[in-house]
Amino acid sequence: MTWIAFQMLTGDRAKYFGILLGITFATLLIAQQSSIFCGLLLTASSQIYDAKDAPIWVMDPGMQFVDDIKPLSENELMRVRGVSGVAWAARFYKGLGRARFSDGKFQQMMILGLDDTYMVGAPREIVLGRLEDLRQPDAVIMDERGYRYLWPGEPYILGRTFEMNDRRAVLVGICKASRTFQTFPIIYTRFSQAVRFAPQERKALSFILAAPKPGLDARQVSEQISRQTRLKALTRDEFAWMTIWYYLRRTGIPINFGTTVLLGFLVGTAIAGQTFYLFTIENLRQFGALKAMGVTNLRLIGMILFQGLFVGVVGYGFGIGLAAGFGVLAERSDRLSFFMPWQVMVGTGVAVLVIIGLSSIFSLRKVLVLEPAQVFRA
Amino acid sequence: MNLAVICRKVIKVFGDGEPVYALRGVDLQIPFGELALLVGPSGCGKTTLLCILAGLLYPTSGEVEVLGHRLHEMSSRELVRLRAREIGFVFQQYNLLPALTAQENAAVPLLIQGVPRRQALRQAAALLEELGLADRMHAYPHQLSGGQQQRVAIARALVHNPRFLVCDEPTAALDAESGRRTMELIRRVAVRPDRAVIVVTHDARIFDFGQRIIYMNDGIVVREEVPGAASTLTSGARS
Repeated sequence: MTWIAFQMLTGDRAKYFGILLGITFATLLIAQQSSIFCGLLLTASSQIYDAKDAPIWVMDPGMQFVDDIKPLSENELMRVRGVSGVAWAARFYKGLGRARFSDGKFQQMMILGLDDTYMVGAPREIVLGRLEDLRQPDAVIMDERGYRYLWPGEPYILGRTFEMNDRRAVLVGICKASRTFQTFPIIYTRFSQAVRFAPQERKALSFILAAPKPGLDARQVSEQISRQTRLKALTRDEFAWMTIWYYLRRTGIPINFGTTVLLGFLVGTAIAGQTFYLFTIENLRQFGALKAMGVTNLRLIGMILFQGLFVGVVGYGFGIGLAAGFGVLAERSDRLSFFMPWQVMVGTGVAVLVIIGLSSIFSLRKVLVLEPAQVFRA
Repeated sequence: MNLAVICRKVIKVFGDGEPVYALRGVDLQIPFGELALLVGPSGCGKTTLLCILAGLLYPTSGEVEVLGHRLHEMSSRELVRLRAREIGFVFQQYNLLPALTAQENAAVPLLIQGVPRRQALRQAAALLEELGLADRMHAYPHQLSGGQQQRVAIARALVHNPRFLVCDEPTAALDAESGRRTMELIRRVAVRPDRAVIVVTHDARIFDFGQRIIYMNDGIVVREEVPGAASTLTSGARS
């Protein structure tokens, strides 16, 4: 009977493609918007994960997210280093500065200052140049995306100079770095250099990056740091999630994306549901004839659910494929954050199942209450 | 006489508020090997009786025995099973599935019974060939004439070898010539010693095809006629 259900479904091409279009559209919208949403949240915490060699982040207790900088004093570094269980603790600067180029253009930059000794928080991959070159006077390493933004279409050239806070900066390397929420070009430099590039403040220590002694758990050590120093010490994951939750709670991002996802769901349900319902209504006489000929309600339910599942799976496949294609284009264009974790795919799949379920319920109701004797009435 | 259908005092009432008596006590017997025509004016209860005989409706009271099964005592699940195995249907509007070819449509009852698709299609093809549709086997219903569609419907009704064939106005949508040909076909391929055929019609042009003509009016059988023999008034009609 599934074969008959399949033939019935695909036999009416217009309706079949109508239902498919509804499911594909809903899947695309839900998956694409959810993935952009995830991408945005990921960029919010990307800098935390980029500092791979720092399992513990120590900060001012009042900090709410990664860009909410409240600088610490140098004494705090000593106190953290004094906590038993801490293997090492290093300075880390994070701030914004304005760069001025030889052609007179200005550009806001994100400055990341690495501890002069340990170089903790260094870029994850150097594309051109060497990390050690940061030890040269005025040296900076810039991220690829920033370089392409500042010098579009030009080859990677080291030795370029620009001014930061009236001080000379020399490009000694190009690196990979994750996209940030603020999208500014990123420059890595030594901590001592970073505080000269940034506008003058009394305190300049944005974070203290630390690691537990071998064999100790980062979470326990971070709790120990918090207890002893009264600073906020978090593991990398805790800090990332604190940042993500801040954006979820304090910005309109979830509402914006949630609305679009909901619209995708509703429009998909409306298109697929209505077309599926019409398809069933038009075949009602045939369903009645099948009932008269001895097809049980259970088998009819099976047929309709099969039809729903079939268009659901095909539409889901097309929709996810299109969303992934969009993601690839977004990745190439450098303009949009796109991250499609398995949870988005599963969640979209569940949404499609609900759409199919709702669409089928209306159709099923009509078929189940159909009296087979009605088929004899003209 | 070996009887395929026996009805005793069958009453059918519709409606919850003002009751509507569709059947008012039908007594009827149809032997195996016979093609019976059920005739009468619109609203006389022909279709209701047909539905009861086909196991699609329960009688409000009375007894209905078809092929030895006491339908009024059977559960709806048992009726579904009986319909699938023992009863063939020919509908007025054919009710062919538009997405299936003639051959596939004819195979549907076998597929309902779980016969493998290839075997079902082979059996359907053999029957369609017998019905003169060998060259239209892969045509879709919209590509067939009304007469051809009805022939496919007859093939569908007979493909699983049912012992009771139920036809509802099989000639109503056909012109006179196609109607006669359809009835000839039904008489030729459907009437067999181990099968009973009942045809509901008010098409007087096909009355001479019936071996028994059952006249209904106002929910009762008023007269039975076996062509070539004297007509019989039923007890219902006498009362």
